[in-house]
Amino acid sequence: MKSPKVLILSAPGTNCAVETSNAFAELGAKPDIVPLRLFKEKRVRLLDYDIFILPGGFSYGDEISAGRILAAQVKLHLIDIKNFIRMGRPVIGICNGFQVLVKAGLLPFSPSCEQSASFVANDSGHFEDRWVHLRINTQNPSLFFKGLPEMIELPVAHGEGKLVLRSPKQLEDLKRNRSIAMQYVSDDGKIAPYPANPNGSVFNIAALTNPDGNCLGMMPHPERYTKIYHHPNWTRQTFQKQAFGMAILKNAVDYCRG
Amino acid sequence: MTEKIENASDPLQVLSDFNSLAPKDLKNLSAQNLWSLNEKEILAVQAYFRSLKRNPTRAEIETVAQSWSEHCRHKTFKSPIRYQEGSKTVLIKNLFEETIARATRQTKKPWCLSVFKDNAGIVSFGNKGKWALAFKVETHNHPCAIEPKGGAETGLGGVIRDVLAAGLGAKPVLSTDVFCVAFPGKKLSLPPTALSPERILRGLIDGVRDYGNRMGIPTAAGGLYFDDGYALNPLVFVGSVGVLPATAVKKEIRPGDLIVVAGGLTGKDGLHGATFSSANLNGDDHSTAVQIGHPLNEKRVMEALLSARDQKLYRSVTDCGAGGLSSAVTEMADIVGARVQLEKEILKASDMEPWEIWVSESQERMVFSVPPANLKAFEKVFADEGVKIRVIGEFVKTGRVEVLWNGQTLINLSLKFLNNGIPLEEKKAVYVPMKFAESRAAFPKKSIPEQLKDILSHLNVCSREWLIRQYDYEVQGGTVIKPLQGTRHDGPGDASVIWPQAATRDTSDLSGFAVGHGLNPSSGKIDPYQMAWLCADEALRNVLCVGADISRAAFLDNFCWGNPENPQVLGSLVRAALGCRDASLGFQIPFISGKDSLYNESKDSSGKMVSIPGTLLISSIAPVPNIEKAVTMDMKGPGNSLFIVGPTGEDMGGSLYNEINGIAGGTVPRVDVRCARRNFAAVYKAMSKGLVASAHDLSEGGLLAAVTEMAFSGEFGAMIDLDALPKQKPIYSSEVLLFSETPSRILLEVKPEHEAAFAKCVKGSCVKRVGTSLANPIIKIIGLDGLVLFEESTTPFKTAWQRKVLS
Repeated sequence: MKSPKVLILSAPGTNCAVETSNAFAELGAKPDIVPLRLFKEKRVRLLDYDIFILPGGFSYGDEISAGRILAAQVKLHLIDIKNFIRMGRPVIGICNGFQVLVKAGLLPFSPSCEQSASFVANDSGHFEDRWVHLRINTQNPSLFFKGLPEMIELPVAHGEGKLVLRSPKQLEDLKRNRSIAMQYVSDDGKIAPYPANPNGSVFNIAALTNPDGNCLGMMPHPERYTKIYHHPNWTRQTFQKQAFGMAILKNAVDYCRG
Repeated sequence: MTEKIENASDPLQVLSDFNSLAPKDLKNLSAQNLWSLNEKEILAVQAYFRSLKRNPTRAEIETVAQSWSEHCRHKTFKSPIRYQEGSKTVLIKNLFEETIARATRQTKKPWCLSVFKDNAGIVSFGNKGKWALAFKVETHNHPCAIEPKGGAETGLGGVIRDVLAAGLGAKPVLSTDVFCVAFPGKKLSLPPTALSPERILRGLIDGVRDYGNRMGIPTAAGGLYFDDGYALNPLVFVGSVGVLPATAVKKEIRPGDLIVVAGGLTGKDGLHGATFSSANLNGDDHSTAVQIGHPLNEKRVMEALLSARDQKLYRSVTDCGAGGLSSAVTEMADIVGARVQLEKEILKASDMEPWEIWVSESQERMVFSVPPANLKAFEKVFADEGVKIRVIGEFVKTGRVEVLWNGQTLINLSLKFLNNGIPLEEKKAVYVPMKFAESRAAFPKKSIPEQLKDILSHLNVCSREWLIRQYDYEVQGGTVIKPLQGTRHDGPGDASVIWPQAATRDTSDLSGFAVGHGLNPSSGKIDPYQMAWLCADEALRNVLCVGADISRAAFLDNFCWGNPENPQVLGSLVRAALGCRDASLGFQIPFISGKDSLYNESKDSSGKMVSIPGTLLISSIAPVPNIEKAVTMDMKGPGNSLFIVGPTGEDMGGSLYNEINGIAGGTVPRVDVRCARRNFAAVYKAMSKGLVASAHDLSEGGLLAAVTEMAFSGEFGAMIDLDALPKQKPIYSSEVLLFSETPSRILLEVKPEHEAAFAKCVKGSCVKRVGTSLANPIIKIIGLDGLVLFEESTTPFKTAWQRKVLS
């Protein structure tokens, strides 16, 4: 497959679809920004696509709570999503998209697809935009981090990014089935509190996957680091000269190319 | 009938004895109904209706009142002014035409695609001029004084709609916000209706954050300025930059095209906003005059508009802002004419009188001119985004605005009367130069490092990180130079650079742009003319420091003053406008858009009328032709040479150093524009060749504050030799050399391997090597006597700079 087809879902209030689409276009994939409405009208089929992206933003104004309304809509109208994931095709929920995946019960993975975790307001009490250091879990089986170093940087920008779990046991389960994909760390790679952990997430979790590793939910924004000029220190030239956001998206495209 | 009109059962509400009222009664009527029409104006309205031999409806008077309000008409800037300065008196026929507009015409820049006439100024942009940038900054002061969060939200929402309605619609790619408030934490004796500065500031930030972030537009170019003169009247400047195809700049109105309203429904919110903003705040209840915004609705309108624009489904668009449908429709009808069936507007309140529907300022509405053949497709595009549209009439070639209500004539006015009928009164302006004792050299009790800490921790200098991070400054993936810069991403950048890939969808075009602001009310208290020069100079240096091509820069003005009926207030405003004219001509930078907000005065707790300090904001926008050549302010390494651009003078008047040491007055610095232009051009040349490692402008706190900020942001140190500083005339005080606020100065860092090429670029300009960057994070100053004046670690300076602002 030369040009994987990428479906980027848009709904009222999603913001980051265009820059995500630009990144996939630059990678030689074929991105389509598809309004949720077309799913309601049954005019589009998810399984016609190779990659599925839930982009960032404030879907439905994040009313009730972040991603909650869109999650209900996804469950109702994107009925193929479970099959899509089961078939091993790449899915990425970015920021609000991660919140949607969690509130739709798709992450953390459970056979029943019941919501088992949630997001609450950042410990700081407000929206925050900052670049964070992330440690990629080398045990995580996912396809998205091939060729990346263990430590990378990406920006986060959210107000409700604190992941909370149902129980301590659930955290142990996530660790055991290697579902924790990325953690917020300090610049020397240690688990550290705010501001290294920008929101107070449990166990500094920044990203999760399903146990198969093809469905990724991440609070950081890969589409905001597709050129080295996105890095806050590119003028200092004292950083790893790979646009790690682009690398994550490229892995999804390369995976489909086989 | 001089009482406030009560809503009657007659929907037309003909004012049956209007034409026979005496002038005094007319004046009372205007005041009672919040029309803000002065005696001469309401008499002109009466004369018009007498000539028609009929009495007006209330809706007709409301239409005139909106149209003739200071907010919509900028009467002060367009009235004749008899201006007295010293023993000289001149008659200025039209202040705007004779200052700002004239300067723009004389600079003759072919890349200015639309100036002053559209909802925003428009300049050419991008590879081969394929694109255009629309930029607008406006104020939203009066609403923010009463309801800061709601005011900031609707202010930002409004300026975003202005950009959406610039040309055939621009996609907003950057929001800017500048707030002027009183110092928090101080005991101010405020009247019971006034909010505390903390509460105002918190509300403003919440408003911009919640609205801007939800709109998916980065907020990345702001400012925050404290002065107790803003205690009763805070100032809120909100701005928006949008990108549109160069082919979508022109709009037109053709008879037969439909008048279509899209967006939010109409309710009672925001009645009399336009006339209210021209009134003084006096604590009376104007609760219906402030609207509440809804970003998701505006975002739906935005998406639909951009899609309809690309399908070329309409020929003109304007936003429904102050004055509601009344302003939008009459503005669009211009000289053509419009016929409206007002009952077709969809309402969200059931108890509205027709005139209320006509002037309501409900948010998130736009008015389009749609050819009938395109209506179906237009409706579909908007329905797909969940936006309701309604056809409320059509443009007709009558030269009149006619509004019907269920077949009855509610309004029938000639556009000529609405647009040109306003009687402009000659106003009196007097400029009285402030008299101060010549500023004495200070005898500060504190050492220089202690003074530096005071400056860095001053609220007008200290870190804005706590505020900036609450805004999504990176959405759309185009913020290639962030507002926070340096090793730890916390240094004070001079400007951001935006690469609008989300609007152009062309990732191979590496064109970007930068936006800056110049604001200097403390110098305006001494001389408003020089304030204008200083604002222009600062706005230019901001964007130059990140590598923007200032030969292609454009300015926007925003004047916020007190009551222009006071000749001294107007005199100060005129002087600032003259400064804008001369600065524009001097720098050869055109103004492309502007706004004014007057009557910023209120009664304090003792009942005395207090006015804000005359405040001018000059905003700049300039292209960064290749974002790979952009520059930041953080020091990049040890052993690099530090160069200063521009000579230092004894410019302590209005300086922060003087303020901290309690010294009033002095001389406000003057911009030597010939020298500055030559220097700036040389700096840009060196930057475009990649020869400048870092650049930071010298502003509040002067040289010492600037070099310290560069050093701690890059986590290096700096050595400066005061003897090497180029000086306008001999200066023997270290304090003056370190803290003087001479304009047009920039500090540059150049790597040794680039020094020879750099020297070639800056040959013939005043750029001198004054020091070196150090590996050790210290600030070391060599005094005029060749001895070390002081040597201190940068750590305590950074700590002082990162103080808490709001507890």
